[in-house]
Amino acid sequence: MSDSQAVVPTSSHDDIHNPALLHHFATEEQQKDASNLGMWIFLATEVMFFGGLFCAYLIYRHWYFGDFGAASKSIDALLGGINTAVLICSSLTVVLAIWAAQTSRRAIMLVMLALTMLFGLTFLGIKGKEYKDKFEEHHVPGATFSFEKVPIPGHPDQYANPQHAQIFFALYFVMTGLHALHMVVGLGIFSWLFWAAWKGRFTPEYYTPLEIGGLYWHFVDIVWIYLFPLLYLIDRHP
Amino acid sequence: MAGNVDALYIFLLILSGMMTLLIFTALVYFAARYRHRKGVLAEQIEGSTPLELTWTIIPLGVFMVIFAWGAVVYFQQRTPPRDATEVYVVGKQWMWKLEHAEGQREINSLHVPVGRDVKLILTSQDVIHSFSIPEFRIKQDVVPGRYTVAWFRATKPGSYHLFCTQYCGTEHSGMIGTIEVMEPAQYEAWMSGGSTGPLSASGERIFAELGCATCHRSDSQGRGPNLQGMFGKPVQLEDGRIVTADENYLRESILDPGSKVVRGFKPVMPTFQGLVSEEQLNALVAYVKSLSPPSAPGAKNAAMSAPQSGPGQGNQVQ
Amino acid sequence: MATATVPAVEREDYLNKEYGIASWLLTTDHKRIALLYLISITFFFFIGGFFALLIRLELLTPAGDLVQADTYNKLFTMHGQVMVFFFLIPSIPAVLGNFLIPLMVGAKDLAFPRINLLSWYIYIIAGIMMMHCMLTGGVDTGWTFYTPFSTAFSNTKVIEAGLAIFVAGFSSILTGLNFVVTIHRMRAPGLTWSRLPLFVWAHYATSIIQILGTPVIAITLVLVVAERALHLGIFDPKLGGDPLLFQHLFWFYSHPAVYIMILPSMGVVTEIIPCFSRKRVFGYMFVALSSIAIAVFGFLVWAHHMFVAGISVYAALVFSILSYAVAVPSAVKVFNWTATLYKGSIYYNAPMLYAFGFVGLFTVGGLTGLFLAALGIDMHVHDTYFIIAHFHYIMVGGALMGYLGGMHFWWPKISGRLYPEGWARLAALIVFIGFNLTFFPQFILGYLGMPRRYWQYPAQYQVLNVLSTAGATVLAVGYLLPMMYFLWSMRYGKPASDNPWRAAGLEWTVQSPPTTFNFPEQPVVTWEAYNYDEIDKNYQEEAQVVG
Repeated sequence: MSDSQAVVPTSSHDDIHNPALLHHFATEEQQKDASNLGMWIFLATEVMFFGGLFCAYLIYRHWYFGDFGAASKSIDALLGGINTAVLICSSLTVVLAIWAAQTSRRAIMLVMLALTMLFGLTFLGIKGKEYKDKFEEHHVPGATFSFEKVPIPGHPDQYANPQHAQIFFALYFVMTGLHALHMVVGLGIFSWLFWAAWKGRFTPEYYTPLEIGGLYWHFVDIVWIYLFPLLYLIDRHP
Repeated sequence: MAGNVDALYIFLLILSGMMTLLIFTALVYFAARYRHRKGVLAEQIEGSTPLELTWTIIPLGVFMVIFAWGAVVYFQQRTPPRDATEVYVVGKQWMWKLEHAEGQREINSLHVPVGRDVKLILTSQDVIHSFSIPEFRIKQDVVPGRYTVAWFRATKPGSYHLFCTQYCGTEHSGMIGTIEVMEPAQYEAWMSGGSTGPLSASGERIFAELGCATCHRSDSQGRGPNLQGMFGKPVQLEDGRIVTADENYLRESILDPGSKVVRGFKPVMPTFQGLVSEEQLNALVAYVKSLSPPSAPGAKNAAMSAPQSGPGQGNQVQ
Repeated sequence: MATATVPAVEREDYLNKEYGIASWLLTTDHKRIALLYLISITFFFFIGGFFALLIRLELLTPAGDLVQADTYNKLFTMHGQVMVFFFLIPSIPAVLGNFLIPLMVGAKDLAFPRINLLSWYIYIIAGIMMMHCMLTGGVDTGWTFYTPFSTAFSNTKVIEAGLAIFVAGFSSILTGLNFVVTIHRMRAPGLTWSRLPLFVWAHYATSIIQILGTPVIAITLVLVVAERALHLGIFDPKLGGDPLLFQHLFWFYSHPAVYIMILPSMGVVTEIIPCFSRKRVFGYMFVALSSIAIAVFGFLVWAHHMFVAGISVYAALVFSILSYAVAVPSAVKVFNWTATLYKGSIYYNAPMLYAFGFVGLFTVGGLTGLFLAALGIDMHVHDTYFIIAHFHYIMVGGALMGYLGGMHFWWPKISGRLYPEGWARLAALIVFIGFNLTFFPQFILGYLGMPRRYWQYPAQYQVLNVLSTAGATVLAVGYLLPMMYFLWSMRYGKPASDNPWRAAGLEWTVQSPPTTFNFPEQPVVTWEAYNYDEIDKNYQEEAQVVG
């Protein structure tokens, strides 16, 4: 395996190194590699975490396709689509922030980080509006849930089974809720990144936190890119 | 059939005993023979690929034999014979309610004649239970929302333990009973001691009371499919799928009719979820089954297919 | 076998470098974190063990006469949850793995020391949640949480228990993450994969399972909690859900979890046997790849817990055949361990006694797994005491004995002291005897039909139950002894030299106990693993020189 193995000239502290280098690492390269690998592995755990939900969703969608179609039609694909565009733009701003760090463009880096957070907040705001709509339509699972006499797409003479629709909404809220929670954490991470960038911590030689924060953000984006068609676009006809 | 289980078990006991003896002997022998002695160094042996391959491939081969044997026994265990007497079982916290197709009801006990194939059609009305008769070497989880099946043929008269073997709450260990295996004459005597008529007759009454006959007519004029002779046969659904009309299909059709609409019919059947108890469902299923000839040529008496809303199940082997 | 020379002056090591509670609670030293874990898991071991004792006492008589049925149901549930999630899964990785992996790879610490400390705090938070749950009523669903009982019928603290285990899972994930990055990126120059101690390989395989499997049970528990709190219906047939979906999701993690519990132990045994046979492991690469094979195949067999649950015959066939496949690498390891003894120079110190015990008992446990993978047999013995005996042979006869063996083997390195060898050998023997007396009768009980999780049972099963309980009391003594003499040795034990066992491995090249940063200079490795021939040749030459 081509893992980097440390080559350490000395153990004393007399060598000059980036203050960000932690003492248990031998070189900056080793630290950067370790951080990157660590984040990728963490993202693998996140894939498995969401994976359980996707698995449950796909199974029920297969069994209750019509009912899920009816439920899916009742969530707003336009808002979902806008949110998708918002997140994709935010991933672009993350990449631009990293490029700015690599090329010592401090102002652009800060602007891009701020824009990323703004996009994230926009996403959450739109999500909030969606949730509010669902609440008002009594589509939140639980005691107040109601889904009577909603036709199945393509079968105008058949109504969706409310129990099956409730399962759709249960999974909808858990999946998008978990995703939104990850967005909130992402906003926290980017707030810290913004602060660190402001303090001048990132240089062309050292911008690892931006990279791994970026990886996390891209992951959250990709999860949404899967969620959107699966949840919003079932059985939609022009 | 229990004998087959025991035969495999004894084979495995002998095999495991031999392997255990082999390893234990090797460990003890090597530990003693190669105990450290002054001045004697250990001999460094890297390994031996031929040896590794040998003790990988031979165990794998043996395992495949065990697998195949176990699989054959399992097929037998999960394939009730045709013409088996049917008993409907409902498990609930914390008792077993049984109803013979002939109509006798029992609680926590099951009377059967010796030498007769008995097929159990099981469901739960609350949590998952498990119907286990250790002395017959059978066990089957009893799941709410679907039917599962088990079968046995008792070979010796006597009283045998019935246990619940899936933890189900406070009185899980009290959910026990007996299987009473009787000589045929005794069994006939017991059977005639009062029953409310065959289960299918109760089913016919419920069928009428709930108005099923309004749509499910025996001519082709009904709003619902004709139920005569359809049990056990393939059914084509309006989305193109073909499923077998078994107990789980009947159950699902009553409780969630929209999930499988028969081709050529409209999805107008109302659901009876919450309007029928498990026992009533059993009676209805028994009634519909009685509308099909018992062992017509080609009628499958397959191991039951799970409801299509079960994970990865589908039709099973007969 | 211990060599005597030890400096008289107190040197600085990781234990005496700093004193005070803050220096422990805010440490990032992997060795101190290992000790924090050691104390915590030992605490939970005694809690789980206490529940076990109550269970065995109740089962002395057929009637339920010691505790009420509901209490008994909580006892076996919490015994399982505490032992699995708060003892076995952390045990070797969080104590021995944390302590040794940086040393074994020649690094100053793990890749992410602060995440290491965080993982301990997460474990503690989960532990407090679990304790609170247990003290305010407990939970009675069985450690398996089957639905719809857990989501819609149990009247106990299912949500709290589920959340506690959810939190504990993150501790496990972070430990695994740390190990994988450390093993990939922080090996000393010259330490190629094929020179790594097999303990490291075993932990690598374990970490893969922790990383990929644990999130699945996390999300499953989230769904169970949500369903219970909000009556959702994902697993409840009355609301259109499927109870078997829960079982699939649960076992997708919980089966690989048993490999999390056994692989590290196998790694320990693979260090002990070469050392006390004075020769390299037979078939190094085969043993290394077997660990990986177990981890991979372990993800493919989960539904062998569901053969009678209502899955189709075809699904059962697939999972049965795959279960036999996963048995092969374990068998290969047993053969390799045995072959390592051949023409060795064998010592009977306590670690080696535990290793012998492990190989024997793991063999029995593993062979009984063959019974269970056979579909026809499983129908009869599923959910009986046969299953209980099977998994206790592996987890107690296997994993726990490996843990104790490892604690004895590395105790001199961890504490700088020697444990009393005589008492240790006695304890090992008591554990072995007590263990077999406790659990062997349970195989018989199971085949005779006694179901598991039974508070009361038919009188015909009493004799075997009494034997089992008698064994449990002996076993308890066997476990108390090491606790006592390890504590005793920290004050009164003979000081240990750097390498009292003349063992191979980088951890033995530094002082006992090690300094905070492990190595005065980064080692450069030019030798193969388990180079006992060189070590013993040098020792012989030295001995002749010294006289």
